Amino acid sequence: MIPELGQFALILATVLSVLLGVLPLWGTLNRNTVWQSMARPAAFLQFALVLLSFACLAASFLSNDFSVKYVAEHSNRLLPSAYQFAAVWGGHEGSLLLWVLMLTGWTAAVALFSQSLPLNMVARVLGVLGLVSVGFMAFILITSNPFDRLFPIPADGRDLNPLLQDPGLVIHPPMLYMGYVGMSVAFAFAIAALISGRLDAAWARWSRPWTVIAWSFLTFGIGLGSWWAYYELGWGGWWFWDPVENASLMPWLVGTALIHSLMVTEKRGSFKAWTVLLAIAAFSLSLLGTFLVRSGVLTSVHAFATDPARGVFILCFLAVVIGASLTLFAWRAPAVTLGGSMGLVSRESFLLLNSVLLVVATGAVLLGTLYPLIIDALNLGKLSVGPPYFNLVFAPLMVPLLFVLVPGTVSHWREARLNDMFMQLRWIGLAALLLAIGLPFVFGEWSAGTALGVFLGMWVALGSLQHVFERIRKPGRIGGSFWGMHLAHFGMAVLVLGITGVKSFEVERDVRMSLGDTVSIAPYTFRLVDMVDVNGPNYKAMQAHVEVLKNDKVVEVLYPEKRRYFSSAMPMTEAAIDSGFLRDLYVSLGDPIAGDTPSWSMRVYYKPFVPWLWAGVLMMVFGGILAALDRRYRRAAVSPLQTAGEALSSTT
Amino acid sequence: MNLSPRQKRFGLIAGGVLVLCIAAAFVLNAFNSNLVFFFTPTQVLNGEAPRNKTFRIGGMVKTGSLQRDGTRVSFVVTDTINDTTVQYIGLLPDLFKEGKGVVAQGKIDVLGVMTASEVLAKHDENYMPPEAQHALDKAAQARAAQSVKP
Repeated sequence: MIPELGQFALILATVLSVLLGVLPLWGTLNRNTVWQSMARPAAFLQFALVLLSFACLAASFLSNDFSVKYVAEHSNRLLPSAYQFAAVWGGHEGSLLLWVLMLTGWTAAVALFSQSLPLNMVARVLGVLGLVSVGFMAFILITSNPFDRLFPIPADGRDLNPLLQDPGLVIHPPMLYMGYVGMSVAFAFAIAALISGRLDAAWARWSRPWTVIAWSFLTFGIGLGSWWAYYELGWGGWWFWDPVENASLMPWLVGTALIHSLMVTEKRGSFKAWTVLLAIAAFSLSLLGTFLVRSGVLTSVHAFATDPARGVFILCFLAVVIGASLTLFAWRAPAVTLGGSMGLVSRESFLLLNSVLLVVATGAVLLGTLYPLIIDALNLGKLSVGPPYFNLVFAPLMVPLLFVLVPGTVSHWREARLNDMFMQLRWIGLAALLLAIGLPFVFGEWSAGTALGVFLGMWVALGSLQHVFERIRKPGRIGGSFWGMHLAHFGMAVLVLGITGVKSFEVERDVRMSLGDTVSIAPYTFRLVDMVDVNGPNYKAMQAHVEVLKNDKVVEVLYPEKRRYFSSAMPMTEAAIDSGFLRDLYVSLGDPIAGDTPSWSMRVYYKPFVPWLWAGVLMMVFGGILAALDRRYRRAAVSPLQTAGEALSSTT
Repeated sequence: MNLSPRQKRFGLIAGGVLVLCIAAAFVLNAFNSNLVFFFTPTQVLNGEAPRNKTFRIGGMVKTGSLQRDGTRVSFVVTDTINDTTVQYIGLLPDLFKEGKGVVAQGKIDVLGVMTASEVLAKHDENYMPPEAQHALDKAAQARAAQSVKP
């Protein structure tokens, strides 16, 4: 009964999304305000229905209703109930339902927080979001219904993939989806502005907080995914340039370009066409990411779908979205006026460089991700593009990006003077340079790459700090967007320093260990003291007790495990990690090795600065949230006349 | 410098295009030298695989071929017709098993033995790496073609 209720609610929501996608937009064409004003209630009702549908699926999971095929395939009586709930999005169908829940949630949020927007703009934005919902709900109902029944009813379910039984999984997909789907709001604002033909500062101001919030979620989601891979896969890596990771990185890169470009559009009225294109690209790349990850063209822990109809559906949807928005763009863009003039050296030109570099980086990642798939699809052979390509391409693009970040934040709009900027930044430049020369010696060997990384990280960090101190000394209230920007930039600096540190100084040892054996990575010594059997709720594990000694004193005991889940023959490495301020100690347990005395293969890592990666990501996330909560976005309705006046006054 | 707005805009666009061209050239160059091709054991035996370049090999781990010496392991990858021996130092992925699919990446020596830098992890016990499946399919085709001939 409950699954049927869920399906019924989903069908109703689909019908409602068709209404939401058609009526308000139609109302804006024939100036029918009644139809336009239907957008808000429709958005709320649509969200409520999808929420009900989602709750029904969750209830089926928690009540072990294995007559539902999706539940039987992804849950198990022994599975702890927190994971039973998380298993709702542990497979293809449920994760799509989560996606739609997020989408309708964003739609409802826009309806709720758009009181200051003109009615016809609200109608257009919600209408576009409704159309996007139609696509996804149709996708679920036609190709991937999570409420399909199974007969005969199995006694027990097949269990969730053990890799996914982890707290990281509980929050990683929802956060990532919030980001992906949030890009649809930026997209909807851009399309609505194109339809109305009013690409102005007001549009950029409405769009900015939504885009920044979506960007924050995306950042958090990617960070969580990386963190999960780091401690769960047992390989000690945190970024593999796996196509699945690239699929989330591409919208992030374009989204980063978008939030910076939106600023220029809001403050200066320039880059309008470019901003719209970035918004379309960010959403299209989110869809492409969904296609890549969910269609089964990539094989990974994320690829659930094996049904080719699903891949074809997403691909068609992608084609419709990109085709329709670019057609609209081509039709409307010529009417877009150019903004105020800009100097060769100005904040605009720095932000333009930011956009270009980020877009080129996206293109490079896109090439490396899609090329093997295209070659394979055309039957021209099988090949892969490995991490060396991405590292080789990505680093040189990020170097100038990080370098111009600092002058970009302190320069003036319109026309900046190189001489002034040099005088302002020379001391922090010198300090960053000295630190770059000196610091690598403290942690190990000096190399040019390490020094460059330290220089860029310090340059950005010191640049942000200096700007903040200078601003504090001046009178006047400081807005949330100022703090947000500098917190996010500082987070970027911490991330860069972390990446530099771990890439330069990590040590890895693969060893064979018997009880009592030690392995040293200065200044630490790891000693295997015991090996015991452990029983978990739905697995059995072999657990090693590894003492970590520093100066002959035990500072920590680590417990890496090798688990074997009952429901599958699949073994799982559960690494043990000790985190400090400057380093992680990481031990993962391998297979037993046959011999006279029992011994095991072990992998021991000394991973400096890994906690800095997560700290940097968190700072970026909070920076984004702070910026989005800036008070000026919550001002009451602004009439077009006022905005025009503001645009004028800000140019003088 | 006293430039007209038109000249400034031209300068900006020209600069942007130049940066893009340099970046594109750089990206394509890096791309070209980092493609890793895939071969089956049969192709390796026929000498189709490059000598001093990294490539991938896929197939099944031959039953009974896994040998361990400390953290040094060696195993045989087979596409059911031909075999290639692979040596690897380090921990094998969780789902590495004899009789199951595997993909290894590395270079091959004059004796036709691959020294792998990477043995690819799988995420699901029911999942077969597409490359490994491809190798088996090709071998099955070749066998079918042979059995038709006489």
